[in-house]
Amino acid sequence: MPEVAVRELTLGEAVREAIAEEMRRDPRVCIMGEDVAEAGTPFKVLSGLVEEFGKERVRDTPISEAGFTGVAVGTAMTGLRPVVDIMFGDFLTLTMDQMVNQAAKVHYMSGGAWKVPMVLRATLGASRRSAAQHSQSLHAWFSHVPGLKVVLPSTPYDAKGLMKTAIRDDNPVLFFEDKMMFKLKGPVPIEEYTIPFGVADIKRAGAGITIVATSSMVQVALRAATLLEEIGISAEVIDPRTTWPLDEKTLIDSVKKTSRAIVVDEGYERYGVTAEIASVITNGAFYHLDAPVKRIGAMHVPIPFSPPLEDATIPTEQAVFNAAREMCKRS
Amino acid sequence: MTNSNQTPGAVPEARSEQYLLMYRQMLTIRLFEEQVNDLYTRALMPGLAHLYSGEEAVAVGICQALRRDDTITSTHRGHGHCLAKGATPDRMFAELLGKEAGYCRGKGGSMHIADPSSGNLGANAIVGGSAGIATGAALSAKYLGTKHVSVCFFGEGALGQGLLYEVMNLARLWNLPVIYVCENNLYNEYTHFSETTAGDILARPAAFGIPAESVDGQDVRAVYETSRRVVDQVKSGTGPAFLLCNTYRYRGHHVGDINREYYRAKQEEQRWMAERDPIKLHGDWIVSQNIAGKAQLEEIHAQVKIEIDAAVEFAMNTPYPGVDQVTEDIYA
Repeated sequence: MPEVAVRELTLGEAVREAIAEEMRRDPRVCIMGEDVAEAGTPFKVLSGLVEEFGKERVRDTPISEAGFTGVAVGTAMTGLRPVVDIMFGDFLTLTMDQMVNQAAKVHYMSGGAWKVPMVLRATLGASRRSAAQHSQSLHAWFSHVPGLKVVLPSTPYDAKGLMKTAIRDDNPVLFFEDKMMFKLKGPVPIEEYTIPFGVADIKRAGAGITIVATSSMVQVALRAATLLEEIGISAEVIDPRTTWPLDEKTLIDSVKKTSRAIVVDEGYERYGVTAEIASVITNGAFYHLDAPVKRIGAMHVPIPFSPPLEDATIPTEQAVFNAAREMCKRS
Repeated sequence: MTNSNQTPGAVPEARSEQYLLMYRQMLTIRLFEEQVNDLYTRALMPGLAHLYSGEEAVAVGICQALRRDDTITSTHRGHGHCLAKGATPDRMFAELLGKEAGYCRGKGGSMHIADPSSGNLGANAIVGGSAGIATGAALSAKYLGTKHVSVCFFGEGALGQGLLYEVMNLARLWNLPVIYVCENNLYNEYTHFSETTAGDILARPAAFGIPAESVDGQDVRAVYETSRRVVDQVKSGTGPAFLLCNTYRYRGHHVGDINREYYRAKQEEQRWMAERDPIKLHGDWIVSQNIAGKAQLEEIHAQVKIEIDAAVEFAMNTPYPGVDQVTEDIYA
């Protein structure tokens, strides 16, 4: 087998490389958002793109999230493939009508006549000491709405392959990047590749318990799995990678094997992604379960500023470890 | 601006044809809406509908100045825009009745009719909700160099929505070929616009540096001549424009809004219908200019009525979509 050339990229670099490749491949792909051009966004994810593609294709906008998201919907319907940048996921609240009532429904309401091929990039994740309006993980809201697709990469490899798929998709896609993971490094092939939506990835194989985790919670789950291994518990860590479409089969098959499951996600626990996935597992693997599916999400409080308070709201590897130990002992 | 003062017999034949076409289109919209009202009151139409009667000169005057591949976005009161842009009554009635032969396979209904073949990006049930889409279509036109213009129809109620101001700012900054058409029919649903709208309407676009003017929305030729000039201007690359069309909604906010005395007097409605009806005004002018006689206008009326009746007949008899179609078209 020929050696595949691989180098290390950060997650931010992987996202940038995916967008740049798609912009070279397809002149209809363009970027819109606040401070996306010379500034390359505050997280520097888009640095260098305006130099290569110019200001028509890498377009700085006023601070008008609803306005430029709506404009992106219109451009997507009429021949462009915009990649919209929403700096902090909390600002998605300002785009809700455009995404939920317009983008998500245009194809259906028109009986398939119009399409909306657009990507809305946004950040999620707490622990940056940014307080309640710059720290939320709101991907569950969009996973709830028919017509939208929702992507949550957890590694540079996944980020690149999933972003390329998102840009080529003919539907509105929300692409959530954890702002604390932009510097996370990982192997990324030089050769071109894409990753299909709706295909979960087994990040670590195991036999004793299944830990389903999304976005940065995958790293939390992997660290918990290492701790569990030390006490003789073999944990399987699965990353769904897209909350919609959702790869139900891989989740259910894993739990049929392990008989126990924990779901970890940084969105609010109440009515959240963990609830939906726990329900999918319970329905699909009920007679194989040795314990109720455990959910671990963000505490049901606005994200506080004070560091010890904020840290208390987020799922940790210790919490996952404790839950897994308890579940494995109990059965 | 208008040709209202031309001397009898001085109208060239091509223009005469166009004036007759405008008459026919306005009448088509009027008779279409009367049928919608009739279907609704006979409980033959599901849901509800917002009628465009009284405002026909706006849609027809503006769409006459557009090419078929120029784009529009429309509103919950959108049947007139849709017809004027080139949709046909049969597939529209089918959509209103939720039938598979409708423009949206029955999935959109009255408030969501869209038709790519006539450049209609869709009616929109969120007031002001299409302002972003219309502005985006203009950005595509500029980016792709298509020379298309994008028209955003909205009622004066949308002046209360922030989105409109965000996208007007963008359109001016980026010099986009979009025309914001405000149809002021005087009522935000059940409330006179003076109770909801501070300041001057035209001062809003002016604040962004967008050229703005108002036109008598009951005079189809005035709307057309103004639109033609504005469309030419916008297509020449001068950026966005704003057109305020002063008009009147004959019926209620929707077909079920029958008793309206608590927000407007019957006499007011009767005055508009008697003195300012766009179809009557245009018809009288056509006769006065010897473009056509009364008998010819009556003949047009009879033809349109046959077309509308046939369209209703078609829609009533065409099948509903199969239930298996409910999960189609969620994703492209």
